[in-house]
Formats: sequence, C-alpha cells, structure tokens
Amino acid sequence: MDAFLSLLHGFDVLLTFNNLFYMVLGILFGVLLGFLPGVGGANGIAILLPLTFSMDKTTAIIMLAAIYWGALFGGCISAILFNIPGEPWSVATTFDGHPLAKQGRAGEALTASLTSSFIGALIATLVLTFLAPIVANFALDFGPPEYFAVYLLTFCSFVGMGRQSPFKVLSAMMLGFAFAAVGTDEVTGGVRLTFGTETLLTGFHFLIAVIGLFGIGEILVTIEHGLNFEGQKAKINPLVVWETWKKLPQYWVTIIRGTAVGVWLGVTPGGATPASFMSYGLAKRFSKNGDKFGTGELEGVVAPETAAHSAGTSALLPMLTLGIPGSPTAAVLLGGLLIWGLQPGPLLFVEQKDFVWGLIASIYLGNLVGLVIVLSTVPLWASIMRVPFSIIAPIVIVVCAIGSYTLSNAPADLIFMVMFGVIGYLFKKLNYPLAPMVLAIVLGGRAENAFRQSMIGAQGDLSVFWSNGLVGTITALSMVMLFWPLIHWLYQRLR
Amino acid sequence: MNIAVAIALMVVASIVMIASYRLGSGWAKDVGPDSGYFPFYIGLIMFISSGLTLVQSIIGGRRDARVSFIARDQLFRVLQVLVPMTIFVVLSITIGIYISTFLFMSFFMIWHGRYPLYKTLPIAIAVPIVLFIVFEVWFLVPLPKGPFEAWLGY
Repeated sequence: MDAFLSLLHGFDVLLTFNNLFYMVLGILFGVLLGFLPGVGGANGIAILLPLTFSMDKTTAIIMLAAIYWGALFGGCISAILFNIPGEPWSVATTFDGHPLAKQGRAGEALTASLTSSFIGALIATLVLTFLAPIVANFALDFGPPEYFAVYLLTFCSFVGMGRQSPFKVLSAMMLGFAFAAVGTDEVTGGVRLTFGTETLLTGFHFLIAVIGLFGIGEILVTIEHGLNFEGQKAKINPLVVWETWKKLPQYWVTIIRGTAVGVWLGVTPGGATPASFMSYGLAKRFSKNGDKFGTGELEGVVAPETAAHSAGTSALLPMLTLGIPGSPTAAVLLGGLLIWGLQPGPLLFVEQKDFVWGLIASIYLGNLVGLVIVLSTVPLWASIMRVPFSIIAPIVIVVCAIGSYTLSNAPADLIFMVMFGVIGYLFKKLNYPLAPMVLAIVLGGRAENAFRQSMIGAQGDLSVFWSNGLVGTITALSMVMLFWPLIHWLYQRLR
Repeated sequence: MNIAVAIALMVVASIVMIASYRLGSGWAKDVGPDSGYFPFYIGLIMFISSGLTLVQSIIGGRRDARVSFIARDQLFRVLQVLVPMTIFVVLSITIGIYISTFLFMSFFMIWHGRYPLYKTLPIAIAVPIVLFIVFEVWFLVPLPKGPFEAWLGY
C-alpha cells in the first residue's frame, strides 16, 4: 500500500505544466532519435544532459527518461517501414515487421508493435513500482563488500549472458575500466595514467565515451553501407488500429513471456537488445505458427517489442535502488543523477521521494502519451526519414560535437569524441560489445572504491566476499556467470 | 583486422600495467590497495583476454573471423566521413563551431549529396542559426566561438 500512496504522490509531483511540457518534448525528441539510424537513446540523452544543469532535477529526469521511452517507441517505425533498425533493440522487429509492411499491412504491424511495447512497459513499470521500494529497503544494509559483489555480478553477467566471444566481452569491459581509472585517484588523491598530460587530469568523461561510441561510431557503421532508404507506405487509421487491437489478446502468452524475459534481462544487466532477440527466439520455438516466423507474423512483432520495452523500463530498477544501471541508456541517466548531485542507491527512496516517485509516475504517463503521439504521427516521422542521409549525417555529427563540448567546455573532449567514435566503429565491426564497456566507464570508479574500502576493512583478506550468506551468494553467482561460457562448452563436449 | 585490434588492445593493456606497476600496485600502508592495484589487474585481464582473442583469430575457424573483413570500398567510405569530421572538430576548436558547421554542412551536401549550390546554402546557413537560437538563446549554453563571432559582438 505504501508504494501505491507514494505513486499517488508521484503523480502529484508530475502534474505541473512545466513537467508535462518537458515530458512531451522529451518523447517527441526521443522518437526522432529512436527512428533515425545513427542516433539513439543513450547518446541522445548524453547530448542533452548538459542542457539540464540549470533545470529542476525532477523536471530534468522526467525529460531525459521521456527521451528514453520515445526512443524505445521510435526504433520500430524505421524497422517496420524501412527495414532499418533505428535502434539495436528493434533489429528483431524487422524480421517480421518489414515483411508485413511489404504485404501492405504496415499499419497493423506498427499498431501491434507500439501497443505491445506499451503493454510491456506498463507491466515492467508495475513491477518497478512495487518491487523497487522493497529492494531499496533491503539494500540499505549493504556495506562495501556487498556492493562490490553486486558490481561483480553485474559485470560477470555480461560474460555469462553475452552473445559475443567471452574474451571480447572481457577485453571491451577492461578497456572501459582502464578509461575509468585515468585521472585523479579518488582514494589517495594521487594522479595516475595521465602520462604527464594536463588534459587527462580530470579523466575521460563517460558521456564523451557514450556520444563517441554510440553516436559517431554508429554513423560510421551506417555510412559504410552507403545509405539510401527505401520505405514502405504507412497507411494507418483508427480502423486499422482498432482491428489490430482486437487481434492482440490472442497473443497473451507471447506478451507475458516477452515481458518476463524483458523484466529479467532489464534487471540483470542484459538490456533491451538481447531481451528482444531472446523473446523472438522463444516465441518462434513455442508458437504454433513458429515455422511461419520471418514471413510476416504479427506474433513475431509482438514478441521482441514487449521484451525490448519491458527491459528498457525495468533497467531503471537496479539503477534507482542500487546505483547499478541495467542498460547503457540507464547508465547515462545514472550519470545525470551524479551530475545533479544525487547519490543513486537505496537512500534515494528515503531522501528524494519527489524525485523518485515523480520519475516513476512519469513512466506511466510518458508511455501512454508516447503511444498516442506515435500512433497518430507515424506518417510525419516516415516523411522525415526521406530526408537524405547526406543532410542528416552532418547535422547529427554537429549535434554530437556540441553535446561533447557543452559538457565541460573542454575542446579536448571533441578530440576524445572522435577517438571513441573510431573505437566504437571498430568494436561494432569486430563484434566487441559496447554495453559492458560503457558500464565499466560509468561504474569503474565506484566499483574500485567499493573494492578498496572492503579491502581496508578486511585488512586485505579476500575472504570478506564470502563472509556472510548474502555476499557469499552474490559472489558465487558471479563466478557461475563468469565461467558460464566455459561450463557450457564443457557440457557440450561431454554430451 | 581482428588481429590488429587484438594486438592494439594488448599494447594498451601493457601500457596500463607498466604505468600502474610504477605507481605501486601492491598493498600500501594505511590506504589499503595502492592507486595502481586495480588498474594493474584490469590491464592483466585485458592482456590475457585479448591474447586469447588473438590466438583464436590466428587459428581461425571461429565465426568471428569472417566478420573481421572490412572491404576496401567500405573503408574508403568510412574515411570519407571520418577525415572531414576530424577537420570539422579541429576547426570548431580554432575558429568556432558556427563557421565550421556551415563549412561542414556545405561540404557534405555538395560532395556526398551532390546538391546544387542554391539548395545547399540555405540549409548550411540555417543549421548554425538554429543551433545558435536553441543553445545560446534558449538554454544559455555557450558554444565554441572564434573571431567571426567576436566581430559580431559575441
């Protein structure tokens, strides 16, 4: 009941003209970012973060989170109409969404995908509303060893659940940690890994890394294919929407399964992209029309979209309660919290009630408003997509550059942005995952501090990570995750 | 390509390890693990995992090996964007972002998009003006400026 009352309070915070205005602005901006290939939620939020420094904290997080919901919705438009995933999590939507559009059923596909996104988000938000206070309460007792164990689990999960080579996951992650270590050592105050340069004294800012890796890197990958967009017509009207809505309830099993997969992978740091693939794969295996998947099955659109959106939403749960983001976009939001001077973690639920519950209330309303806006404006977005890439690409690059510069007015950041862009391009080409690298850059300092504090407390005795049931379980789970690829390999060998 | 990146990562890992070792990667009195402790092991893990990637890509047969191929014309297209972008960034730092944006937009539209001048110029002029209104006027964030803006009184 407590959570319900807090939620009502949250709506009370949310419902001011200012907050609603910035929420709608955020959604519109997010949809734009989401459906344009080359820019996404994570780097869109990174670019806009500096603009929120002077805003009210609650308004700022509502706007930035709204960009995230908008981007989650927007990704499927370009996936269905143009067969170009605007976001990595809408790749699985293209499998059945684009064939549907080719058959002239784009309206149906869009309605199904946007509606199921909404349902996925709604269920995930309900989970967030009622589970987050409990997790936060539980986490109040965490000490440094517990925190380090949770960080360990976060990063080991990437190795265990990643679809890429575990060695590449580790390399990318460690590179992220190395970037995070550059600059001033927070514990001793000493300078490290700057190689005598003054520009590196403050270290690499993770927002620059996000803009470079996701923004510039993505542009380079897109350019490589030499783009000309050929889209299908989007015929969508209230009748189509209504007819599609009548069909959706028969996919309830797929919807529930997709949401469950999404919530699980969102809370543990898998993120929206693996969730969408997993949900699509499961739906294909268990559906009675499974063999028709890929030729334009509505169910093949419903499955990845519910999972992607519920994963994206539930990624906020560990971010708010533990300070550990479940996806790169949530990581950028976490960075925002730190910049606004808020300490993410369980105390947020005690000390910043307006902020937390205003945000959670905005997820409900933001997704509803997002659904309505996107459904009614699909043709408009599709026409923006017809603007040639030779105009969009330079604008995106300029905006990325502005985002990097405004962060701390440091010219060197622009150079770092290009550098991270090249890294992002190479890593994408060679199948190195970017998500663990970004998370390592964001969390590197905090993970290191938790480790060092535990070590100081335990006088260098590593067994502190097995000292009680809780921390021992998390550490053991991390080890299982870390060695999962090996276990899996051995198991297959033995069979 | 795969091999080159793996080697580059190993080099970075070695640099991190050497630098951390010099800082002190052991147990320091009173402060616990020293500044270089964490980065040293980061470097070590990175060295080992990149080394294993290297071994895998040399032996080949892994799925990854096929992906590692970047065709020459693809590389050319990427450089066509990367080089102007680098010039744009350097120009932004030196002569300010507005003029650089104008130049960058015009270059991109004429060279990549093959637009005639009368279509290019309005867009290339409009973009920096919109940027100015949104950032400097609405959100009050200063962007890099050069002599031209100073001449206009900003």
